[in-house]
Amino acid sequence: MSAASPPVTPSRDAFVAILAKDLRSELRTLRSLPVMVLFAVTTFVIFRFGLDRTSLSGSLAAGVLWATLLFAAILGTGRLFVAEREEGGFDAIRLAPIDRTVLFAAKATALLVYLAALELVTVPVFAIFFLDSAAPLGPLCAVLALADVGLAATGALISSMAVNSRARDLLVPLVLLPLVVPLMIAATAATEPLLEAGGPAYDRFGLWLAVLGLYDLVFLLVGYAVFDFLLED
Amino acid sequence: MTAAIQLDGLRRDFGERPALDGISLRLERGQTLLVLGPNGAGKTTLLRVLSTLLRPSGGRVAVLGCELPGESWRLRGRVGYLGHEPLLYRELSGRENLRFHARLHGLRGDAAERRIDSLLTDAGIARRADERTDALSAGMRRRLAICRCLLHDPELLLLDEPESHLDSEGRELAAALLGAGERTRVVVTHDPERALAGAGRVLVLSHGGVAVRECAAAELATAEARAAIAGVPA
Repeated sequence: MSAASPPVTPSRDAFVAILAKDLRSELRTLRSLPVMVLFAVTTFVIFRFGLDRTSLSGSLAAGVLWATLLFAAILGTGRLFVAEREEGGFDAIRLAPIDRTVLFAAKATALLVYLAALELVTVPVFAIFFLDSAAPLGPLCAVLALADVGLAATGALISSMAVNSRARDLLVPLVLLPLVVPLMIAATAATEPLLEAGGPAYDRFGLWLAVLGLYDLVFLLVGYAVFDFLLED
Repeated sequence: MTAAIQLDGLRRDFGERPALDGISLRLERGQTLLVLGPNGAGKTTLLRVLSTLLRPSGGRVAVLGCELPGESWRLRGRVGYLGHEPLLYRELSGRENLRFHARLHGLRGDAAERRIDSLLTDAGIARRADERTDALSAGMRRRLAICRCLLHDPELLLLDEPESHLDSEGRELAAALLGAGERTRVVVTHDPERALAGAGRVLVLSHGGVAVRECAAAELATAEARAAIAGVPA
């Protein structure tokens, strides 16, 4: 036993440990992803019959897609830190010699994985339900990826703040939804020309991608800067 | 040599209510401090402050030469904390939980596996280590929590009723595991007969987190310790 302070665990090791634990838990319990997928598919069915249209394009198609993905994402966000609160994981992580922002990075990455898996299932369903022609896959994936990073960063931050509240199921959407309005405007605006009836257009596509990237950067930095304080008692 | 724990007027409030009110003591390295008192006397709060999980509201707190809360980062990883909650994920097996904690503490590979196997064997739960922890009894989970607490070979053990939920065999194994080595220990217990024998000093807390006595363990009779736990004068 040494009197000197022990070395800090490398952040990469701690990140891998927390992320692997979260993904293993999700695979065993299936408490987030199936609910998100079911919600999204059900919402598409409701839109399909509610709008009474077999095909959508442009802004309406983009709006249906992002409104559905956003609310499905909120379902996953609300449960992101539940195991940490209910099973003492916060204490375990606070007792370990690690940079606590690793927890933020691992949780945001876990949510990113959930969103990617959600979209892997639901975007093809959306295309089958609503699109007459295939959307350009590469640009659409770029928009989805950038918007997912923003949702994951914001979601991990808000979820960690709300998890100790009894009203967390109310608090997460209440705080998260206004925060992601700019993200949703940019994501919808970037997606809209890709889903035009006459084929994809790329007017101001790059601009909206840049807005998405800027949003991601801001919320990743905010998360990095404040997460340590959020874990204090 | 600096003391393992030095408290000068430690205060911790929850809102307007004081949970610890002006606690002072000095514990040398390698000594065991027994903390006694009735429910609500602040025993768990004291352990959580010493572990860095709670910030002190006032006074001076130095643990293993680290001033808290300013040098908390230097202390983490040198403390083994065994609280009421086992800090284990229910959907993971015991072994997976220990691997997770080992990795958080920088233990990897064969060294981590050997350490985990050794602790699981010593705690008598090796044969059930691959079952999910939500399938285990409270006593088995307690044994796992003891393994988790010792995994990184901490210098200081903070033990909150370490024998709760354990059967007689579990108590013997826990005593052997937690009593091994030259570690400093702070033990909260409601079973003073067993604990007094191995303790060096005793801190008696009363309602409101006030220290009513701080003395060598030899100076405290078992009857007095029982009275302290019940919160009545001896």
